[in-house]
Amino acid sequence: MAYTVVGKSVRRVDAVAKVTGKAKYTDDFSERNMLVGKILHSPYAHALVKSIDVSKAKALPGVEAVLTYKDLPDIRYATAIPGIIEAIATDDVTVAELKYGTAGHPYSLEENHRDKEDRNILTRKARFVGDNIAAVVAVDDLTASKALKLIEVEYEELEVLTSTDAALKEGAPLIHDDCEGNILSSHGYEIGNLEEALQESDHVIEGEYETSIVQHCHLENQVSHAYVDSDRRIVIMTSTQIPHIVRRIVAQSLGISWGRVRVIKPYIGGGFGNKQDVCIEPLNAAMSLAVGGRPVRLELSREEAMIDTRTRHAFKFKIRTGINNDGKINGIHISAVSNTGAYASHGHSIASSGGGKFRYLYPTKALKYDPITVYTNLPVAGAMRGYGTPQIFFAFESHIEDIAKKLNLDPIEIRKKNVVKEGHVDPLSKNTIRSCSIRECIDKGRELIKWDAKKALYKNQTGDIRRGLGMACFSYASGTYPVALELAGARIVMNQDGSVQLQLGATEIGQGSDTVFAQMVSEVLGIPMYMVHVISTQDTDITPFDTGSYASRQTYVSGMAVEKAALEVKKKVLAFASSMTDIPAHLLDLKEQSVVFKDSGEKVLGLEVVAMQSYYDRVNAEPITSDVSNNARINAIPFGVTFTEVEVDMKTGKIKILEIYNVHDSGKIVNPLLAEGQVHGGVSMAIGYALSEQLLFDEKTGKPLNNNLLDYKLPTIMDTPDIGAAFVEKEDPTGPFGVKSLGEPPIVSPAPAIRNAVLDATEVAFNRIPMNPQRVFEKFKEKGLI
Amino acid sequence: MYDIKGYYDAETVSEATALLAENPNLKIIAGGTDVLIKMHGGQLEDAELLSLRKIKSLEKIDLADDGTIVIGAMATFSMVFHNTILKDLIPILTEAAISMGGPQIRNIATIGGNVCNGATSADSASSLFALNAQLKLESKNGERVVPIREFYLGPGKVAINPGEILTEVRIAPEDYKGFAGHYIKFAMREAMDIATLGVAVVCKVQGGSFEEVRIGLGVAGPTPLRCLEAEEYAKGKKISSDTLAEIGKLAVKSTKARTSWRASKEYREHLVEELTQRALKTAVVSAGGAEVV
Ligand SMILES: Cc1cc2nc3c(=O)[nH]c(=O)nc-3n(C[C@H](O)[C@H](O)[C@H](O)COP(=O)(O)OP(=O)(O)OC[C@H]3O[C@@H](n4cnc5c(N)ncnc54)[C@H](O)[C@@H]3O)c2cc1C
Repeated sequence: MAYTVVGKSVRRVDAVAKVTGKAKYTDDFSERNMLVGKILHSPYAHALVKSIDVSKAKALPGVEAVLTYKDLPDIRYATAIPGIIEAIATDDVTVAELKYGTAGHPYSLEENHRDKEDRNILTRKARFVGDNIAAVVAVDDLTASKALKLIEVEYEELEVLTSTDAALKEGAPLIHDDCEGNILSSHGYEIGNLEEALQESDHVIEGEYETSIVQHCHLENQVSHAYVDSDRRIVIMTSTQIPHIVRRIVAQSLGISWGRVRVIKPYIGGGFGNKQDVCIEPLNAAMSLAVGGRPVRLELSREEAMIDTRTRHAFKFKIRTGINNDGKINGIHISAVSNTGAYASHGHSIASSGGGKFRYLYPTKALKYDPITVYTNLPVAGAMRGYGTPQIFFAFESHIEDIAKKLNLDPIEIRKKNVVKEGHVDPLSKNTIRSCSIRECIDKGRELIKWDAKKALYKNQTGDIRRGLGMACFSYASGTYPVALELAGARIVMNQDGSVQLQLGATEIGQGSDTVFAQMVSEVLGIPMYMVHVISTQDTDITPFDTGSYASRQTYVSGMAVEKAALEVKKKVLAFASSMTDIPAHLLDLKEQSVVFKDSGEKVLGLEVVAMQSYYDRVNAEPITSDVSNNARINAIPFGVTFTEVEVDMKTGKIKILEIYNVHDSGKIVNPLLAEGQVHGGVSMAIGYALSEQLLFDEKTGKPLNNNLLDYKLPTIMDTPDIGAAFVEKEDPTGPFGVKSLGEPPIVSPAPAIRNAVLDATEVAFNRIPMNPQRVFEKFKEKGLI
Repeated sequence: MYDIKGYYDAETVSEATALLAENPNLKIIAGGTDVLIKMHGGQLEDAELLSLRKIKSLEKIDLADDGTIVIGAMATFSMVFHNTILKDLIPILTEAAISMGGPQIRNIATIGGNVCNGATSADSASSLFALNAQLKLESKNGERVVPIREFYLGPGKVAINPGEILTEVRIAPEDYKGFAGHYIKFAMREAMDIATLGVAVVCKVQGGSFEEVRIGLGVAGPTPLRCLEAEEYAKGKKISSDTLAEIGKLAVKSTKARTSWRASKEYREHLVEELTQRALKTAVVSAGGAEVV
């Protein structure tokens, strides 16, 4: 389809605000006499609190409150602030004992579909180094820090389980009393008859792969402030991807009705899934309640944020694949062990989702997925860009490369032989592949990197510096349907001059959603971008309901709501114009700020004339607005591929990426420049994942070793090569304007592509990431290369 | 928010040394890029700071009449990197300077702070070791000059007495004239990282042989160090890949690497052996020697 604004690299709607510093983030807002809250973290990975003495901390001048699990403010019985909130508690569980889940999922009316509720605001049992034992509220940062040191806690240390192996061992202590064997879940799936499929195959090939714990490292650490307003409700301003979910979870954590909480989300400095979780808001609310509703700011330091928010689950995989001589895969068996750390958070959803999105790429006669998610005494793993797919695709795309090598098959051809075709219906989700350009993506990547010429050139290398090429594919999804609810809301108000405000439940978190939504509205209403004013701040009192930014759902799912809202406004404008002119509405269209004849394009009325009339016509006045909700009971599957060329220093173990291209099939690209930005960001995160990043812990004590940006090797821009982004644009029939998702996909395939390139260069297969110099050295040594 | 109890600044060295003599609790702050990190980490509480930032005389980089290179302690890494005297005469120091931190850090971090902080990973240290740098320390009662090899006592510990300020880093003409060198910073990142190993070498080449070689290493032990055995061996040896290989092996003997979660002893020693040779290969060419293949 030919569009005017959709498909153009228009400037971000928030570009000027961000560049000039006018964009306000949570920490830029302040309330009068705001107090400061700080958290006392457990120094032990597994321990019971025997006693806490807060008397010295309380006595320090400037300290306003000290909170422990024993004295969390309980407002359900209208005691803390008289009359503040009606009691809804029906049992005698105290707030301290109330357990809640923190994952940013839509609520489910079915109880068995809800996240595991295993967390208290403050705990009497430390489950990881960093767990929240107590908190203080003081007049300033320094006083709060000093007060923390004055809290005396006596612990009884318990056996520390830092690995899934240790946690799964018979007789291992339980991290959560109600969770037998420390297994959160082991729900998987089976399609077809695996054993039969393996038996039919010419070869059954096995492999083991492992990924590590990494962290999002968004620029803005978790920060919020909370107070009780004049309406006696708890107001929380927070850096979140999911304001409506924060509202629910804060209410649940305090045992109060949901309408008593209001959440405001201003601009945010990155999230990458870590803010699709509720980490600090319940405690922040409790802090404010502990000081009579006065405003309290709670901001994590980088060192805190790296261990006391969320991380990416580390996985261990065992794969068996049955394959014929010609490269056709018959059956796959994947066993996975996922380390979720001390609390469930997104828990088993990560393993499930990874296994679900993987299914779309290589449909086989038989596929069996056996994941198990295990609690350990490490920081909590949760959502992080890719949500389980970087792990499973690292494993499988490495595995398929190993298979190709073993059977002497071309790595590109083996993939092409097995990738999905349009029309395929996934047997479990019933999602249909309605558009698929993975083959075209592969061809394009192959050409961009000059695969064939370089492959020939790099044969039989022997020197200290060797080069190699690698590639890897992926499939993803656009939102979570049919696993979870995909509801989105949008509201449009037309002003007297024909410009509009667009209000959204979907949150701009840097990915550019506000801009693409504005483009959609601009396209439908035939008005220029500057006439679409996106209200970027979400406020649960005002904002249409939408569960937030995650699952790469915004452009696809929330885009549907935006398109629907814009179409409704358009319909109303044309109806109004028709009533003014007696021209039937179906003959009219909107273009260049005017009502025009659909066929000839001839101008009928200026849009502002209709808008003015809609406000002030003595008889017919009715300002034009729309307020819609859209329940997307459908999904569109994006695909893509990474091609890369690496150079390996055989003596020092250093791996350098010379070239890297990501080619995406994400349907229609609404804004190429923003899309490229998503790819650059995702690929650079993946480069860290492949080569350098890893959160490290002392094996015995569970103490973090590198929870700071010096010792945690996040790549700098100097470590990032030029990243090539390309798109094969085929419109998906289900998406608004033919879009499919692109937010998370860029991070999925680079790590295995890099690994495969290293294999090509060195003949050494790295089945564990990151491939940092120390590891490469060890492996080269083992292979007699050094 | 930092835990700062008091803050003083001096405009001259004598003002600073007088303040130090009066209040021995004063903690000197130059660029603050180590001091503030320590305060953030809680290793320095209730700090009373004495800032040297206003002492402009300490920012000078000069060539004395006798050929001694004099670098003021308050010269920042950016100043060091951009200084033409240093670039011409001792490029291994300017190479070290540009490898350090990122632009913002280089604009404020000083060479004096780098040395006085006492870290084995200090990027200027291996070069200054290879260059036999001399440190001038001043106090209310006078001044003294200490060779850099005697300055580092242990991790984070340097031979600076209460009341003293480092004012100059000096390199004598006989220590740099006729030498060429090379610095390799081996780190996990290309910027904003501490070295896994720092290798600074200088050499003098005469008719295809080494007349003299000096090797300074950072992070190969608790303090920066020199590889005296390897240096001794190199003297007068014909430059060849065998000679370099032997130098690499001997260099390892002077190290005291240990295994930590950052890197294993075995890997560090392997790097010493390999990177010493690589640095020397480049230095030999700069010194007018033939390329070693
Ligand atoms: C982000 C970041 C990146 C960094 N990257 C690197 C790197 O790549 N390589 C590297 O080597 N370092 C690095 N550092 C460490 C630090 O920047 C350097 O050690 C720097 O040279 C310290 O200088 P300063 O002027 O900031 O010292 P300060 O922090 O002011 O002082 C350091 C110490 O020296 C003492 N001191 C300072 N000047 C004098 C003086 N004239 N006389 C007596 N005592 C004095 C102080 O009391 C203090 O103990 C980094 C630091 C940061 C924050």
